[in-house]
Amino acid sequence: MLNNTNTDGGGFGAPPAASDTGCAGGQNRSAQRSRLSQAGGWLKGKAAVVSMAGLALAACALTLPAVVKAQEKVLNVVPHSNLAILDPIWTTAYMSRNHGYMIYDTLFGTDAKNEVKPQMVETWLVSADRKVWEFKLRDGLEFHDGNPVTSEDVIASLNRWGKRDAMGVAMYSFVDRLETISVNRFRIVFKEPCGFVLEALGKPSSNVPFIMPKRIADTDPFKQIAEHIGSGPYTFKADEFKPGDKAVYLKFRNYKPRPEPASGTAGSKEVFVDRVVWNLALRDGQAGLSALIKGEVDILEQVAFDLYESATKESAISVLKPTIGLQYMCRFNHLHPPFNKPEVRRAALASFSQEAFLRAQVGVKELYKPCPSMFTCGTPYGSAIGTDVQSKSNMKLAQELLKKSGYDGTPVVVMKPTDLMSITKLPDVAAQLMRQAGFKVDLQAMDWQTLVSRRAKKDAPAQGGWNMFCTAWVSPDIWSPINNAALDSRGEKSGWFGWGEDAKLEELRAQFLRATDDEGKKKLAEQIQSRAFEVATHAPVGEFVQPVGLRKNITGLNVSGLANIYWGIRKD
Amino acid sequence: MLGYLLRRVAATLPAVAVVAVLVFLLLRITPGDPAAILAGDAASPEQIARIRENLGLNEPLLVQFFIWLKQIASGDLGESFYFKIRVVDLIAQRLEPTLSLALLTIVVAVLVSVPLGTLAAWRFGGWLDRSLMGFSVMGFSVPVFVLAYILIWLLSVKLGWFPVQGFKRLSDGFGPFLYHLILPAVTLSVIYIALIARVTRASVLEALGEDYIRTARAKGLRESQVLVRHALANAAIPIVTVVGIGVALLIGGVVVTESVYAIPGLGRLTVDAVLARDFPTIQGLILFFSLLYVFVNLLVDLSYVVFDPRIRY
Repeated sequence: MLNNTNTDGGGFGAPPAASDTGCAGGQNRSAQRSRLSQAGGWLKGKAAVVSMAGLALAACALTLPAVVKAQEKVLNVVPHSNLAILDPIWTTAYMSRNHGYMIYDTLFGTDAKNEVKPQMVETWLVSADRKVWEFKLRDGLEFHDGNPVTSEDVIASLNRWGKRDAMGVAMYSFVDRLETISVNRFRIVFKEPCGFVLEALGKPSSNVPFIMPKRIADTDPFKQIAEHIGSGPYTFKADEFKPGDKAVYLKFRNYKPRPEPASGTAGSKEVFVDRVVWNLALRDGQAGLSALIKGEVDILEQVAFDLYESATKESAISVLKPTIGLQYMCRFNHLHPPFNKPEVRRAALASFSQEAFLRAQVGVKELYKPCPSMFTCGTPYGSAIGTDVQSKSNMKLAQELLKKSGYDGTPVVVMKPTDLMSITKLPDVAAQLMRQAGFKVDLQAMDWQTLVSRRAKKDAPAQGGWNMFCTAWVSPDIWSPINNAALDSRGEKSGWFGWGEDAKLEELRAQFLRATDDEGKKKLAEQIQSRAFEVATHAPVGEFVQPVGLRKNITGLNVSGLANIYWGIRKD
Repeated sequence: MLGYLLRRVAATLPAVAVVAVLVFLLLRITPGDPAAILAGDAASPEQIARIRENLGLNEPLLVQFFIWLKQIASGDLGESFYFKIRVVDLIAQRLEPTLSLALLTIVVAVLVSVPLGTLAAWRFGGWLDRSLMGFSVMGFSVPVFVLAYILIWLLSVKLGWFPVQGFKRLSDGFGPFLYHLILPAVTLSVIYIALIARVTRASVLEALGEDYIRTARAKGLRESQVLVRHALANAAIPIVTVVGIGVALLIGGVVVTESVYAIPGLGRLTVDAVLARDFPTIQGLILFFSLLYVFVNLLVDLSYVVFDPRIRY
């Protein structure tokens, strides 16, 4: 899904080494001269060298105060976007989710093997009929304001989350009541067995069921919280937060990490730095990479695809690839012709060769892979079952399917976001492939925010509606039939744009919600995927990973791909 | 003078009112729903509708407009939909970086361009004049971001003299403040050096052809005195006008430079607000920019008195 500081290391707070400032002794001056000559022969004349040296001296004089500043371990991070909304339950924006992981803790987490593990919970019991679940919290859990975490806080937090998150809403449709047993024990009583309790409580991506103090969690779920206190590994420096500039987090000294090693969003959340600064002002990819190379920042969350190759050649930095990636997806509007007919949608699906999308959008072979599964390849429900229409797709098949569908030449309105580089080429490829298959395509360019607003409209395309748009989702948001929004097939009651309607698919999803054994769930997921391809709910058009750049002195960065998280990191 | 000042201030009110109404209406007819943007990608239409209601966007247009007018009348620009901060505070947070960058840029530009333009006019047709004209064409033509990347690569990454990015407030010390601002200001000043130098050259050239210059030379004044005290002083009005407009433009529109150098200023805020369809912030910013334009123009007009004694208000 797309939602699309000066840092203290920016030259003064945690200054570059003396040799980097060019203000050191003879040896460094010699190195400086060497670098000067390496600058591509740009500075040939004496006059230029003298004037540059003058500038350098001025810069040295200005940087002197930096040298004396006390050192604390500051991790300077360039996140992938701006942080504006501080309530991770109110919005599904990934930046808000990542902020949530900094300051809140969760009952359960998901490890790197995609298995749910206890986090704030110490033990839990499930009744024989699977209708009563009792949880005991770990000892010593404490909020940043010094108050202990109680089961009342947990229940209030879950109640708020259960009104906003798709998986939370689904779980709460099974819930009869939540009860406090004692200060650190609580119970969830279900009306009937629910097959995804742990998956819901340990879900790694938006909206994550973060635990907040009751007084905060009691806020109307449709209003943003005003206080930002959690029990997570970092505290939030609200007084230093400037949206569009920087967000600052301090190590929470009273946090008690779990003994297990960190893995995914589970395990130890031990912090080895004093302060994390998110540089929210630095949003230019090239400048971000330059800042990383120079050592002004430690981590660049997203290295742009077109800078990937040059970044991997830099000796001062490492470029890592997350284990789990994202999926590109094109979504049909099921309400209006021609995509109100599954046969037409299948024809489009058959024309969508994933390689074409991936080559155009990502371009770097080692960063993408075709995967026809709707649930992400390599995750528990990722499989090739029922995917023939796309995995064996070709243009001839697409043309035949379109001919058989009785397509009458109705133009297909494809919305193209021109300002969102991460997906801007997908609609062009989709349009071209559909044209080759025999569709008449009306490719309409707009900014992403216009697209976001327009896709919520149910009007016919001629009246300002739409037929198709493309987007990208992080794997945890689509890897289950419950939270994969594009599979919601309740028609106009459906929670997600495109409003697919299919009774059989809904029946299978209802069974999945109730399935309690892993094998049964897997089989149902396969049936759901088969049916989804049969009715062509949407088109997965390939997977990719977003590379992360970091300085060589940074170790322990979690690159599970579940979320952007900053515990367990050491800065030498 | 006071009467003129009051008349000018009074004349700005209808202009600002028209801007306010236009901005308000334009934003409402622009495609894009702030609620859908705020809710995130996975939000359901019902959730978006709830947010829209909470933001007051379901109220009739006229009601929304009068609520906003009432807020402005009480000196309040409202609260940002997106940042959940009072717009006044948001602008105040971003004013220092933009103002600092704009002023330093103009200072650099004036210090370089005015002497260059004057000398070019003095040596009209010579190598300096031709070089300046060539530089002007280049200054106008090279996109700011290209120049920024080149300067970052050379002066920051390769030579390590300046930081790649970031802004330090004056309260962090004058040294750090200036150190972080030099490179962005130099980058941004190139186009203004080109502009002001050309205007200076043209104005001084015109002045040099006047009779009083011949008289000054006939009196035996040194050439430097002729140039500075007679030619440049009489050519000052167009230069001051361009500098004034430059300051106003810089405060409202240094988006690219702010983005590349990670300066959290008003230009970047404007882009973020537009992309998020953050109506209160956009309205507040446009009003602020309008008032700023009026104020800068007023200052420029008043400065004419200093440069041309014949002008009286």
